[in-house]
Amino acid sequence: MLTPDIMLYGWKSLKGYRTRTILMLMAMSISVASVLLLTALGEGARRYVTGEFASLGTNMVIVMPGKSETAGMGLSTMMGVTPRDLTLDDARALTRHSAVTRIAPLNIGAVEVSWKNRKREVTILGSTSEILKLRHWELASGQFLPKADWDRATPVCVIGKKIRDEIFGAHAALGQWIRLGENRYRVIGILASEGRSLDVDVEEIVIIPVASAQSLLNTPSLFRILIETKSRESMLSVVDFSIQTIKQRHHDEEDVTVITQDAVIQTFDNILTALTYAVGGIAAISLAVSGILIMNVMLVAVSQRTAEIGLLKALGASSKNILRLILTEAILLSLLGTFVGFIFGLTGCWAIRLALPALQAYPPLWAMLASFIVAISTGLLFSLLPARKASRLDPVFALQGH
Amino acid sequence: MIKLENIHRDFQVGDQTVHALDDINMQISQGEYLSVMGPSGSGKSTLLNLIGLLDHATSGLYFLNDQNITDMDEQQEALTRNKHIGFVFQAFHLIPRLTAQENIELPLLLAGIEPDIRHDKVKKALHSMNLMDRAHHKPDQLSGGQRQRVAIARATITEPSVLLADEPTGNLDQKSGADVIETLESLNERGITLIVVTHDSHLGKRSTRAIKMVDGRIQSDQQNTR
Repeated sequence: MLTPDIMLYGWKSLKGYRTRTILMLMAMSISVASVLLLTALGEGARRYVTGEFASLGTNMVIVMPGKSETAGMGLSTMMGVTPRDLTLDDARALTRHSAVTRIAPLNIGAVEVSWKNRKREVTILGSTSEILKLRHWELASGQFLPKADWDRATPVCVIGKKIRDEIFGAHAALGQWIRLGENRYRVIGILASEGRSLDVDVEEIVIIPVASAQSLLNTPSLFRILIETKSRESMLSVVDFSIQTIKQRHHDEEDVTVITQDAVIQTFDNILTALTYAVGGIAAISLAVSGILIMNVMLVAVSQRTAEIGLLKALGASSKNILRLILTEAILLSLLGTFVGFIFGLTGCWAIRLALPALQAYPPLWAMLASFIVAISTGLLFSLLPARKASRLDPVFALQGH
Repeated sequence: MIKLENIHRDFQVGDQTVHALDDINMQISQGEYLSVMGPSGSGKSTLLNLIGLLDHATSGLYFLNDQNITDMDEQQEALTRNKHIGFVFQAFHLIPRLTAQENIELPLLLAGIEPDIRHDKVKKALHSMNLMDRAHHKPDQLSGGQRQRVAIARATITEPSVLLADEPTGNLDQKSGADVIETLESLNERGITLIVVTHDSHLGKRSTRAIKMVDGRIQSDQQNTR
């Protein structure tokens, strides 16, 4: 038989048994589509999370108080010594490294904000003028914290958009004095809404100079020191320098944890990639399971078509011809199923992207290739048994429809 | 052209052995018109299937065109069936999803003939069977007589030397039956060896040679005078 004739014959029999074909197509395409959808979701989540971290600045080194490593029964635990506070002077000492381009000490707390008779709880961020660039934030109007001495507690503040809307409503906010806890601060700027930035919702914070925050929250201790380095390569030396410098300043006690943004991104990247593989794998199993369905339906199809196979043999088809005919039919079906599955899957991904623009749900290339290969090979593999059964039919019995 | 020597065909039914064909010896020359008659279970269909290479003898020798069939492998048998043997069945055995034209084309398709040549041959066959206006009809849109004529066109499309018909009129009314027989006989007049298995004694009398079978044996083998 000529190959195009075999294909055409297979195509006609797929068309001839419409219900059977549609059932198998559904099984196949839903599995293929689920592989694409699930991996696209996983991949989208990975990109979203790493993207969010990257938006914090990729060359960022973060210093936090306390040692995150378990030290076992060391002297400090025996003596009940708590880690030393991270202070503004510690932060100042870190500026000496040549690769440090920006540095922002950070203090965080919750206080009540009020203006006239309106009030609400807010997160206040005590920092310096550098944090704006360091965190890639933008101003909607006004100006940011002045480039003053870190120790000066200037009574000014920059507020998030939502705070502005809720406290001031239709009134102009710039230049107004608001009350934060016991003190009064003048609004000098409003942050542009750039959405959530993982840890803090920029729309709902109030930023004041770090010294003001220290007195407002009544603590000399910093929450974090954020450092931006010149390049990715210089991060490691900045990490070492930070640990050593602060250790020296804290009487040889290594009581801070220094992490790089890179490491955090990498960790999340690894976790989410593993997750994507896992869901992709689960979906691939469902694809293989649909192969078993294909086998069942093919077996039924072969027994339905016993007389036809007997006839083909009587007309001069060899076992090999029959085997090729059935397998070609299976491949055509798998190809069609994969094709329909890709349409479903990619449309689904498009719908997800439409509904959740933040999640860039594109199925990764490996998932597309894998689902294609798995679909075709399961289709083929699970058709071998029915095809062999068909090719071995005794034509005399087959013609009688047995 | 067909020579059967000591052919036996046994079936195992439960723990009993049934001798469907019991020591058959016969010769059929090219262009003969043979009818095979006998009661149900006398082995006439088994004989036809064996001549058509659909079934295999338990023992004995079968020569077709001086070739020993018993030596052939499955592939060669399939090829021989395709080239030299045409089948016409009582139940027509047309593929329902294919048109008349496509059904007739099947043996050529299986033989791997190029589409152009196929279409020419099918066209001629449709013409000679008077089915030109039915070419694109599916089997369920055809009358019984038309279906059997499609089946005959399919059986003869590769210009085989032997045409085997198993109760070709069994599913047809009187008139279409007569039509089909006329068609088969005109093919025989043009040289094809025609072997018809039938219950119909009237049909049996039309053939030039009549074989009667009982219990897997040839009871009588006689020439008819028409």
